[in-house]
Amino acid sequence: MSDYLRSYLTVGIFGLVGVALVGVFLGLGRILRPDHPNLAKNEAYESGVEPTGDMWSQANIRYYVFALLFVMFDVEAVFIFPWAARLEAYEVFGLIEMAIFIFILLLGLIYAWRKGVLKWV
Amino acid sequence: MLAQLDATPVETPEIVWAGLLPLLILSAGALLLVMLRSVVKRLPADVEPHLITAIGPITVLGMWFAAGLAGTDVPLAGLRDDMGEPAFYIGLALVMVLAGTLVRTMEIGLDAAITVGLGLSAFAATWGIWDDRWQVTGPFNAIGDQFAVDGFALLFAGVLAASVVLVALLLDGYLRRESLDGPEMYVLMLLSAAGGIVMTGANDLIVIFLGIETLSIAVYVMAAMHNRRTESQEAGLKYFVLGAFASAFLLYGIAFTYGATGSTNLVDIQIFLSSGQLVDNGLLMAAFGLLLVGFGFKIAAAPFHAWTPDVYQGAPTPVVAFMASAVKAAGFAALLRVFMLGFFSHVDDWRPAIGALAVLTLIVGSVMAIVQSDVKRMLAYSSISHAGFILVGVHAASLAGINSVAFYAVAYTFLVIGSFGVLTVVSGVGDRATSLDDLNGMAKRRPVLAFMFTVFLLAQAGVPLTAGFVAKFEVINAAVDSEFYWLAIVAMLTAVVSAFLYLRIVLSMYLGTADGDAADLGDPIPKAAGLAIGIAFAVTVGFGILPGPLSDLASDALPALIGAG
Repeated sequence: MSDYLRSYLTVGIFGLVGVALVGVFLGLGRILRPDHPNLAKNEAYESGVEPTGDMWSQANIRYYVFALLFVMFDVEAVFIFPWAARLEAYEVFGLIEMAIFIFILLLGLIYAWRKGVLKWV
Repeated sequence: MLAQLDATPVETPEIVWAGLLPLLILSAGALLLVMLRSVVKRLPADVEPHLITAIGPITVLGMWFAAGLAGTDVPLAGLRDDMGEPAFYIGLALVMVLAGTLVRTMEIGLDAAITVGLGLSAFAATWGIWDDRWQVTGPFNAIGDQFAVDGFALLFAGVLAASVVLVALLLDGYLRRESLDGPEMYVLMLLSAAGGIVMTGANDLIVIFLGIETLSIAVYVMAAMHNRRTESQEAGLKYFVLGAFASAFLLYGIAFTYGATGSTNLVDIQIFLSSGQLVDNGLLMAAFGLLLVGFGFKIAAAPFHAWTPDVYQGAPTPVVAFMASAVKAAGFAALLRVFMLGFFSHVDDWRPAIGALAVLTLIVGSVMAIVQSDVKRMLAYSSISHAGFILVGVHAASLAGINSVAFYAVAYTFLVIGSFGVLTVVSGVGDRATSLDDLNGMAKRRPVLAFMFTVFLLAQAGVPLTAGFVAKFEVINAAVDSEFYWLAIVAMLTAVVSAFLYLRIVLSMYLGTADGDAADLGDPIPKAAGLAIGIAFAVTVGFGILPGPLSDLASDALPALIGAG
């Protein structure tokens, strides 16, 4: 067997061990835990709030703006972390680059704010 | 481990800022525009007209500085020395006053005026680089070995800047008619054109991908911008979903290219491929195929054209003008760059695929156009058949081929903006009146506009004395020079077929009689839109009668690959 194919063997063994591990733990849990089902236990859990209504309810469309804004700053964080870890290596060039990047994202927030989407009506 | 990493400073690429000036003007201008307009929402009514008038002279100054900075680091020293100091400054002042009056008489909005100014400045910067830097020192790299500035990239950057100017003029009246005013459309268009400029000069497949995404994402939103028309939203969604799909294909092709050649840099790819080290080229062939799918989508080549009719029909008409001119030109620039420079040593492998695409595109574009009854759809199919013609030039894979593509791209940009410009004006509120019947009797209602539309359509058909004829002639000439007679014959035959479509539109304008409730009541044309159509008309006829200057420009515009260092 060539080295190349042997590395697939490693992947295969890794996968099998993963599946086996999950199976063993779930199986152990099933054997050891007490089992007394009742109606209240089968209800959907919503942070302590009693579930009401149909599950096909509509989310308010206004949430999508917040989702978009969240994505904007989420992506910003993804790019800032590696840059911050290597801040010294990038020197002033990196600092200016990041300032421009943050400025552009900030511009998005200013636009959204002036457009009035941050206000909950 | 972190301490170890921190020890060595990262090498930053060498940047020639002057070479990036057109790109910087468009992108920084877009950001400034959105910032200004979100901080200052509404100007006092007595200030706004004066501010708009002031943009004229400011634009002249901006063009002066941009051309100078891009070329020689000193604003227009050459011209000043030729004319002598007093004459030059008097001339400059005169032009500034003229620009101010022109802006005033155009009755243009603030956002459109700023966009036109930015587009003209970017155009001047391109011209400055072309004249004083590229022609003096030859092609050079602007950022490390990632972004090249050569004649080819400069010509297409100029085309993009010109289409921004013309489409902004069209948009002004359109957005006011549809009461969609706001800076968003202009900002998106500027950003999109900036992405296009990145594509035209990119020396790395990843940079090309970045450019394509910047270009496309802005255009997806522009297509859906008419928020009260469901067709517009549908067009935006369709374009977005299919475009994202095509981007995935392109990215997959880039990955395969990397797998086959060990690099995404066009210089390294070219060196590796021409050294003949690649023995088994299965992976490379797959890469060619996937890249062609990705580019084929952007340029609307059959069989990846299915989105075109729906999107062109649904999207706001000025946006369609931008899509058909700038997006297509940038797509062809990137396609030509990748295949003619990076993959040239394997030309025999990719040429048949381009040939098949060209034939299919020509036939689908011209035959399907005949059965349409909506003028926007007709022009969508005709833009597909034009993509086929340009592909014939790419297929020639010769110097003449590159020149013909450059010429076609310039000529077609003005043709198509003119055609869709006329449609913008006559289609009435909500873009409703775009069927062939709505054009009935247009020659009586709007004789001048009907005449110009006729010229644009004849130019698209390739009638002599228009730029369209010279463009088609050069493309077919390139195919004949490379001894692909069959492709030349297919191109000529389909040109005859599509001539029928253009004549049909002309006939309904001149011979058709309008039934009582025509949607187009012959309202006065917005002056700015009239100016844009007039410029497109002048260029189409001008380069048709005297193709020499543009021909020389196109034959100077050759792409070049420069290695690092």
